[in-house]
Amino acid sequence: MMVRFVRFHGGESFQQKMLSLGLLPGDTARVIRHAPMNGPVLVDIAGREFAFGWGVAEKIEVEECPL
Amino acid sequence: MRIALIGQPNCGKSTLFNQVAGYRAETGNFSGTTVTFTESKVRVRGEVVELVDLPGTYTLSGTNPAERESFCYIVSHQVDVIINVVDASHLAQGLSLTMELLELSRPVVVAMNMMDEAASRGLTIDGPELQRLLGVPVLPLVASKGRGVQNLFVAAQQVGQNGNPPARPVYSRDVEQAIQAVRLSLNGQAAPLSPELGAIRLLEGDRALGERVSSTNPTITAMLIQTRQHIFQERGQQAEWVISAERHGMAANLAHAVVQQGECRTNWRDRLDDIFLHPVWGYLSLVIILLLFFQGIYRLGSILEQPLLAFFDGITLQVATVLVPWPFLAELASGLMLGIAGGLAIVLPYLFPFLIGLSFLEDIGYLPRIAFLMDALMHRIGLHGKAVVPFILGYGCNVPAVMSTRMLEERRDRYLAATLATLVPCAARLAVVFGLVAFYLGPYAALGIYLFNLFVIALTGRVISKLIPEDSPGLILEMPVYRMPSLRAVLQKAWFRGREFIFEAWPALIIGSLIFSIMTYLNLEVIFNALLLPLSWLLGLPPQIGVPLVFGILRKELSLIMLRQALGFVDFSVALTPVQMITYTVFVVFYIPCLATLTVLKRELGRRDMLSIAGLTVIIATLAALAARMIASLIY
Repeated sequence: MMVRFVRFHGGESFQQKMLSLGLLPGDTARVIRHAPMNGPVLVDIAGREFAFGWGVAEKIEVEECPL
Repeated sequence: MRIALIGQPNCGKSTLFNQVAGYRAETGNFSGTTVTFTESKVRVRGEVVELVDLPGTYTLSGTNPAERESFCYIVSHQVDVIINVVDASHLAQGLSLTMELLELSRPVVVAMNMMDEAASRGLTIDGPELQRLLGVPVLPLVASKGRGVQNLFVAAQQVGQNGNPPARPVYSRDVEQAIQAVRLSLNGQAAPLSPELGAIRLLEGDRALGERVSSTNPTITAMLIQTRQHIFQERGQQAEWVISAERHGMAANLAHAVVQQGECRTNWRDRLDDIFLHPVWGYLSLVIILLLFFQGIYRLGSILEQPLLAFFDGITLQVATVLVPWPFLAELASGLMLGIAGGLAIVLPYLFPFLIGLSFLEDIGYLPRIAFLMDALMHRIGLHGKAVVPFILGYGCNVPAVMSTRMLEERRDRYLAATLATLVPCAARLAVVFGLVAFYLGPYAALGIYLFNLFVIALTGRVISKLIPEDSPGLILEMPVYRMPSLRAVLQKAWFRGREFIFEAWPALIIGSLIFSIMTYLNLEVIFNALLLPLSWLLGLPPQIGVPLVFGILRKELSLIMLRQALGFVDFSVALTPVQMITYTVFVVFYIPCLATLTVLKRELGRRDMLSIAGLTVIIATLAALAARMIASLIY
């Protein structure tokens, strides 16, 4: 599944954290896999792989993007 | 001449540094932070150059300590040239930091690292074109194999001697207008920053700079708010996001212009995660890898430990024989030997193999995979996936476990992870559990103690995270690609970490041993029995346990060895009931971490937290031992 980041919720510090990883709204991400038991989700963003824990993923507003 | 190395995490910057710097490099802390940088002197064509390895950051405009300190270092020190290491296989990402560096008015050289990896991903990069577009030298590099290192430093030296700063990237018109407006009213007050850089930083909401400037020029605050508001109205986004997004966009355009994507071959590394992160095989391989890891360390450790201890026992005996006429000196010498041998017996056989294994797992890229797999479980005790590493290490030795909490960003997470890691029974406490409980009461009783320990750790985690709730949303982790690390890099990393132990914890251990030997000589150690009388009464233990418990703080296995002396029986089953054995062992497993761990705790978290953790462990140990006493009375 491909998604596009629309907005980062969860306050300035979280936005800063995403910024400091070079992640900004408008970036697209491909979902690769989940860990079991509400574990993190692994995504591919422009060739880099990131794991986002459940609580983090909840704070990222995305829209599905057509392939 | 001073050269600063800067780049994003996993760009191979430290590999480059280690290629040229060697083990003489000095690691320092930025004052008041845990952010470290490394310095070394390097010879370039006969000239001695200072090389500084700054922490890896994606950006300089963020607010985390590494970002702030890297920025402050470059603008406040005499940095003659910046070497910006960029991962060629992720060029768009890497160049966004380059965009920021071009604003600093310092000469910049771009090192395009991992060209081999980019090639294997089917990427062709037009280096000369990138050099033309950026206006700074761009050099290809394969730091892991040492290719291009020489040329890079020669180019950096030349650029540093010329001293011409590059032109900064140009933003869209409204942002440029805002920059110029702020620049004009700044009046050069942002020094040592250039007025333009000061203006950009202020627009990006740099609080420290804002406060500094407004203290002498109050009008600027209102002007800044107005300008930022104007951008917000025009763009629908805060100014810092507009600027970041523009840099992001410029970097992406640059990469687009110079990178050609050819046929991409999937290689074995892309398939590895199908196993290592699999819901079933992933956990199975985790267990196997950890078993191999610990097995390897114990095998190696026990091969080294026996001859070392025999050697020191020999010396101690000889020294004691020579010093018989002077009992005070003999006692002092035995204390000294205890401290020296204790350090050696911990450091050489176990800590170093441990740190080597840890660096290997880290450099090959496996640690983040463990964090991914364990994140859900770690949330139950108020932490997230990254905090699993201190726990695993803790079963070997608490010292590297506490050191590894440094990889957690939040202070609260570091505190909680360090507290819980010190409750994990290390190899020395394993000796107590086995020597006392497993030997006299059987392996299931020992297993019971380990399970009880896990339960107490989980409970403590839950209670503490109720008191200091998680304020970060959780795990955000970049998964690096698997890489075969060079032996040299692994050994160097292990040495850097181990050396802190040698120079800080070991002297403390020796001094502690000397103090205790003086007390023994003066027969003062019985005071401990008296002082701990309330405790031994509460736990239903003989009063003689005071001395072994206090000595156990020096080295945990002493709480077993000294117990034999203290009780005066070789066979524990004569002096202690099964319930007493279990109660004592449970207390030993949890109470105050050993002196070496305390020293590392103080270094990582500060004196106050070190004391609070020590105090907390006594409370936990007492409660856990009471609970164990009750449970054991039901069984025996």
